[in-house]
Amino acid sequence: MTTQIAPAAPELEVPAPQRPVRKKRDGRAAALYLLPAGVLLLALMAYPLYQLVQISLYEYNQPQASGAEPLVFIGLDNYIELFGDDQFWSVLVSTVLFAAVCVIGSLLVGTGLAILATRVRTVPRMLLFLAALGAWATPAMAGSYIWLFLFDADFGVVNEILGMQGHSWTFDRLSAFGLVAAEVIWCSFPFVMMTMYAGIRNISAEVIEAAQLDGATWTRTATQVILPILKPLLVIATIQSIIWDFKIFTQIYVMTNGGGIAGQNLVLNVYTYQKAFAGEEYGLGAAIGVVMTILLMLITVVYLRTQRRSGWQP
Amino acid sequence: MATVSRPVRKRRRPGRLIAEIACCVIAALVAVPLYWMVLSAFKPAGEIQSPAPWTFAPSFDSFERVLDSQGFGRYFVNSAIVALCVVALSMLLSFLSAVALTRFRFKGRTVLLVMLLVAQMVPVEALTIPLFFMVQQAGSAVPALGLNELAPLVLVNLAFSLPFAIWMLRGFVAAVPAELEEAAALDGASRLRFTWQVLFPLVAPGLVATSVLAFIHAWNDFLFAQTLIFSDVDNRTLPQAMRVFYKPEELDWGGIMAGATLMTIPVLIFFIFVQRHLASGLSGAVKG
Repeated sequence: MTTQIAPAAPELEVPAPQRPVRKKRDGRAAALYLLPAGVLLLALMAYPLYQLVQISLYEYNQPQASGAEPLVFIGLDNYIELFGDDQFWSVLVSTVLFAAVCVIGSLLVGTGLAILATRVRTVPRMLLFLAALGAWATPAMAGSYIWLFLFDADFGVVNEILGMQGHSWTFDRLSAFGLVAAEVIWCSFPFVMMTMYAGIRNISAEVIEAAQLDGATWTRTATQVILPILKPLLVIATIQSIIWDFKIFTQIYVMTNGGGIAGQNLVLNVYTYQKAFAGEEYGLGAAIGVVMTILLMLITVVYLRTQRRSGWQP
Repeated sequence: MATVSRPVRKRRRPGRLIAEIACCVIAALVAVPLYWMVLSAFKPAGEIQSPAPWTFAPSFDSFERVLDSQGFGRYFVNSAIVALCVVALSMLLSFLSAVALTRFRFKGRTVLLVMLLVAQMVPVEALTIPLFFMVQQAGSAVPALGLNELAPLVLVNLAFSLPFAIWMLRGFVAAVPAELEEAAALDGASRLRFTWQVLFPLVAPGLVATSVLAFIHAWNDFLFAQTLIFSDVDNRTLPQAMRVFYKPEELDWGGIMAGATLMTIPVLIFFIFVQRHLASGLSGAVKG
């Protein structure tokens, strides 16, 4: 893994500010360059977001969607119905816990393997990277089916080896969540590993050499020298993972067949989809979407704060 | 630059052999699911249940079944069209935006950058509901932009992969020294010429790394395909098609694994092609 262009060293030094060369015409040129992406993002992200909030304030079910009945503004009634629904709270809790397990899992595995990768020679490291790259590249849909197949009650190799033919891993709520989490960690730890590995490799050799000359063991070097230097990168990888794992849709939808038996494995994203498109309660679905957006925006604020604290400037 | 900053390892450490063995074992474990997928796709029908990690009679039956009977090829082409359109457009738009955001000084630049970051956090999955109705409306005006068409899928996937693509590309554009731009200006090159003849080739590796993420984003998308192409069987994409093959009453695992293999191969090729640029691109993007 040679890095061809390193846009930034992991010591979090901001790339040298570009000297303003031609100041006067910058504004107009920038507007022109930004126009296509800007229009697209406004039309397909900002405007739908506004619409989402709107829909959540209306009684918007199948009759309204087809135009058979007029739209009725009901204010916050959708939210009141949602917050009074036990299922919503249980889905919210499982979403948070599920995301937490996935995030912690991929961070531990990813960082651990990144450290391991710096300790071994090229061939084992390339093998590990190749395998990780494969897992990373596997589309969520394909990955979901592979894991379902591995753990299939009758045809799965795992049950065959364990001698548990007929045992269904997706029947029980926790084991179904566990199976999905395993698949998610499998395909998301490589991102953490690659990021952390690049970070460790960029720590100047002198720092580590000095620590080792001082007689520090490898464990001490890792925990007291390398980890603190990597901390900003780690924080960012954590938040990036939170954002990804909080929004898992495909794996849950496919592996638990739309949210599990009696909706036991629903997470917010799948819940929104089911409410809106299966139940045709668009207003209620939109309200769930708004709640989710707000939660993620809160995480974003934390993210921006940490970025700023670690010396980030746009 | 990679070898310079490697941790020193002049002394032989006794733990290294153990670490290397562990590394190989873990690599094997991580590779098992993919290996099993390919293996099962090639296993003849009778062997699908056997736990043997090899087969002596590899066959293309599963692939043939998938490609012939179930119109997989058609879905593959649909997915490829969507993904390639997204890649091409995303490269162009994110390059333009990244140049503007790193090379130009203008009012509101910081605000835009923060908004770009915020845009990455928007749970786009929640936007399925308004987008469904928007596309429905668009379709009544321009049929090609309506439900069950591929064009809206391209636009939606493009929009949602742009914020991260721009963010990632910024690092690559910023890495080109300002002196180069000054030199070009002294030589009388216009800004447009500098952007396309100097900057563009220099940023190309970054563009490739960015494009792979856009490709994966579009290739993997299931939710938007499922929402926007809900009834036209011919315009389905691969992830949707996979769902169709999965029939609980007659599970054809060989066929499903063959389908999964066909779906994974293009991404794998893309990945291997750009892997050397990926780590640097991501660490640049992640740290901003």
